[in-house]
Amino acid sequence: MIRVNNLTKTFGDFTAVNDIGFSVKPGEIFAFLGPNGAGKTTTIKMLTTLLRPTAGSILVNGNDPVKSPEAVRRSFGIVFQDQSLDDELTAWENMEFHGVIYDLPKPLRRERIRQLLIFVDLWDKKDRLAKEFSGGMKRRLEIARGLLHHPKVIFLDEPTLGLDPQTRNHMWEYLQELNKKEGTTVFFTTHYMEEADRVAQRVAIIDHGKIVAMGTSDELKKQTDALTLEEAFLSLTGKTIRDESAKATDMMRRMRRAWRK
Amino acid sequence: MFMNKIYILWLRQIKRWLRSRSRIVGSLAQPLLFLLALGYGFSSIFQEAGQGNYITFLAPGIIGMGIIFTSIFSGMEVIWDRQFGFLKETLVAPMPRFNIMLGRTLGGATIATIQGVILMILSMFFGFRPEHLISIVPALGVMFLMALLFTSLGTMIASLLEDMQGFHLVMNFLVMPLFFLSGALFPLEGLPKTLSIITRLDPLSYGIDALRELFLGMGHYGLAMDLVVLTLVTLLFLGLGSYFFKKIQV
Repeated sequence: MIRVNNLTKTFGDFTAVNDIGFSVKPGEIFAFLGPNGAGKTTTIKMLTTLLRPTAGSILVNGNDPVKSPEAVRRSFGIVFQDQSLDDELTAWENMEFHGVIYDLPKPLRRERIRQLLIFVDLWDKKDRLAKEFSGGMKRRLEIARGLLHHPKVIFLDEPTLGLDPQTRNHMWEYLQELNKKEGTTVFFTTHYMEEADRVAQRVAIIDHGKIVAMGTSDELKKQTDALTLEEAFLSLTGKTIRDESAKATDMMRRMRRAWRK
Repeated sequence: MFMNKIYILWLRQIKRWLRSRSRIVGSLAQPLLFLLALGYGFSSIFQEAGQGNYITFLAPGIIGMGIIFTSIFSGMEVIWDRQFGFLKETLVAPMPRFNIMLGRTLGGATIATIQGVILMILSMFFGFRPEHLISIVPALGVMFLMALLFTSLGTMIASLLEDMQGFHLVMNFLVMPLFFLSGALFPLEGLPKTLSIITRLDPLSYGIDALRELFLGMGHYGLAMDLVVLTLVTLLFLGLGSYFFKKIQV
């Protein structure tokens, strides 16, 4: 479903993603883990046509995001790391906008919007503006929106950040069911190691733009002699705390500033 | 399907506008202030100089002012979308970038045209009288063309800026000069050579000139010339706007 070869992204003289390769099978739940600034979001942005790779090749659902972005865009859904709702629209309008943009015919669109809003427990608040929602409610709405067009693959960039355990479990139950029923491939990043351990069939760990380990959770534990995935993660990536400055937009700004000089 | 998508993008702009009452009032207040202060302030001098009623002369300029401010601002809303994250949602949408840009530009242009119409009606309360009421119909077309032109320009600028920091720069070094040098406030006849050349380079001049021609029968460049220039510049800016919009990375 996803195939990545020798993928590299540099911003000026900073290498955010350094010659990585991996593949995700159709119907797989794949966790992409790494400390802050390791290159997770940059990789997701390249997979989802938002950033152009500096080098290397990507195939998502058989299409190249650089050469045929629209075919790729049609095949995935995404829940971004930071907020991406229109605050001035209601919950329902945000969903409707997405449904129209993704060519869902009206009866199907209306039905799915209802189902998904009921599922994320926002149906009775559907006519409230998104700006009135709490962080958790916005998150739930974004998840519902990302699933609206039943994508072949869904990218979730730290989807459970700031969600309570109830909502988190609820969300994963739904995703796992969708994965089973429709064979939806799930590609997600998270900082909750037990979450990755529990739901992911395979895990890749990225650090400083390089993939340092890949396999099932058990394989990684065995490889590092660890009892939990968290221990394995720490022994692979070290215990130093990273700063978050390596966000792609920051890098772009830095690059632009460098250009101006 | 194509129309549906354009429509939903258009509708989004309209809804956002209708929900921000303060913005509607705010963008009417300044042109109205110009109309009243300058309109009444200069009316006797203008009359003495044999140029007729200044309010009537000024009204098309004020309509143009409302349109250019609202359109550039609407186009620049792309920056807001970038800061609040919604731009990402539109940029992963499976549709050509040009259509995204077109949908939201049409929305912004519609809003600016409505603001222009509101200003036209308000001016009538203060003594503005078109020669023939029927001229309002073609004038609506001209207003929409002007709105389209400047919304595309706004989108183009927004695609090049990263945040609202640059907004004042754009206002002071682009929008204000475009407005003051357009003949919105003064007749284009008998200008000093340099000013006359500059006004010719300002697309807003042609829009306001066309409105004066239609409303008052007193154009300077001639309606045909106005329409040709407006159409060509609109097409150029739509093209440039979508070119730069395509290059946005988030």
